[in-house]
Amino acid sequence: MSKTITDVICPFCGTLCDDLSVVTDDEGKKILSVENACAIGAEKFLHASDHSHRVTRPRRLQEDGSFVDITYEEAIEYTAQMLANAKKPSMYGWSSTNCESQSVGHEIAELCGALVDNTAAVCHGTTLVAVQNVGIPSCTLGEVKNRADRIIFWGSNPAHGHPRHMSRYSIFPRGYFTGKGQKQRKIIVVDPRCTDTSSLADVHLQVEQGQDYELLQALRAAVRGQELTGDIIAGVPKEKVYEAAEMLKSGRFGVIFFGMGVTQSLGKDHNIDAAIMLTNDLNNYTKFSIIAMRGHYNVTGSGQVLGWQFGFPYSVDLSRGFARYNPGETGTIELLKRKEIDAMFVLGSDPGAHFPMQCVKEISKLPSVAIDPHITPTSAICKVHVPVAFVGVEVGGNCYRMDNVPIESRKVVEPPEGMMTDQQFLEGVLKRVKELKAN
Amino acid sequence: MSAISINLISGRTIQQGVSMEGGKETDKYMKACGIIEIDESDFKRLGIMKNTNVKVKSEFGEVVVKAVEATQGPHPGVAFIPMGPWANSVTSPETYSTGMPTFKGVPITIDPADKEKVLNSLELVRSKCWGDQ
Repeated sequence: MSKTITDVICPFCGTLCDDLSVVTDDEGKKILSVENACAIGAEKFLHASDHSHRVTRPRRLQEDGSFVDITYEEAIEYTAQMLANAKKPSMYGWSSTNCESQSVGHEIAELCGALVDNTAAVCHGTTLVAVQNVGIPSCTLGEVKNRADRIIFWGSNPAHGHPRHMSRYSIFPRGYFTGKGQKQRKIIVVDPRCTDTSSLADVHLQVEQGQDYELLQALRAAVRGQELTGDIIAGVPKEKVYEAAEMLKSGRFGVIFFGMGVTQSLGKDHNIDAAIMLTNDLNNYTKFSIIAMRGHYNVTGSGQVLGWQFGFPYSVDLSRGFARYNPGETGTIELLKRKEIDAMFVLGSDPGAHFPMQCVKEISKLPSVAIDPHITPTSAICKVHVPVAFVGVEVGGNCYRMDNVPIESRKVVEPPEGMMTDQQFLEGVLKRVKELKAN
Repeated sequence: MSAISINLISGRTIQQGVSMEGGKETDKYMKACGIIEIDESDFKRLGIMKNTNVKVKSEFGEVVVKAVEATQGPHPGVAFIPMGPWANSVTSPETYSTGMPTFKGVPITIDPADKEKVLNSLELVRSKCWGDQ
């Protein structure tokens, strides 16, 4: 016999699909199949349930590069001592865990005077800076599905990064005012490559890599009916810019989705400033919104929790006893480059794989703890690796979708016996840090 | 066979996502991300066969990856390495005071290196971190 659990939340990307069906064995220990998920989401559930590949106890790195098993109590002691004794520890990650764990982590950070940063540091950090510069006219994905007839994907390739985004919200679904689905929508993709997403576009603006700012400003001018000079703008023929501008103005409701192509290319937050101002301009002619294509399933939640606890969405410096924020100075990348951090705590992220190598080398020299269910490049270079239960698979908790809608994730199977969750581990560390700081 | 200069971008692919969730210690992850996607015309300039190893160098480091034909192209003059430690061995840590490294738009050179091996993610990061000690 098997059990089917419906309406399961997918803990992979910021789309946070909430319609998965997971079939487990009768005892609720092994996942047999996953329906409705994309290839990545399905792999996450199936890999989590296959315990033969997983580390189930904390490990300490030895001098020869091998690991020796330690107990959770020893891992808690190491982590608490490391954070309590450091002058400027970094607590990085937070995007692949639930909001409850983030909140406990922030309490530890406050006691230890740590720097709290999430994966926006290498993802949508510049978006958050731009939002503080110029604001953001936004909406929920439900409104996109039911109303939007003009969609732009700018520097974003959802066919690969957010595989079900297009079918659930942005291109194919039939909604209340969008009964004809794809036929009713015009799609514009801006990408220096011809991608699997651009193959679905009515207009593909193949921008010269790194010249998004020029193209955005040209589009703003074209929308206002101003004359563009030059035949080719940022690698795109002038006529195509006019065509795109007319297409956008003629819609009833449009949305700009943007991704790493604009946040990580030169121009950074200024690119997003321009994209938001384009949205603003288009509201003079029709209704337009803009949404960031957030990557991790709960990076948005980390921004929310940091926001309501400290007032800033990422790169929060608590080392002076109050919250400071200046990403170009207090961002984890900058701190590692300046060698200012003296201990590194990583939870729910893999900087070893996703930071520039100069920063990874710096992490490897520090006292460090990696909390991660997987074996990762980060866990391979950290002094202690603590495996925990998968949030959204083996433990529930609150998560925020890319449009800032909170969704409660669900537990579908039991974790391996004796394995702690993020929250349990952090509560253990918090208790010990309080004892250490009291003395 | 000759080295070429080209503009590098990195990003997600579905294979990167699937293999990452399947375990970054596996060969599957290395095969999904330890690659560089190059345009047909750039292969001709480079003068090598497809699916051979190359050494990618930038101002910030170097890495050996397998050169494959662009799966989402054409994009002459632009090379693509899926996000991961191979891409990050050569990407720019320069943030221009925004806190955000420049993962896209890094000038690189590509040299044929068919005798050299592509390391898996754990070997690669450990060799970068501990190799020069």
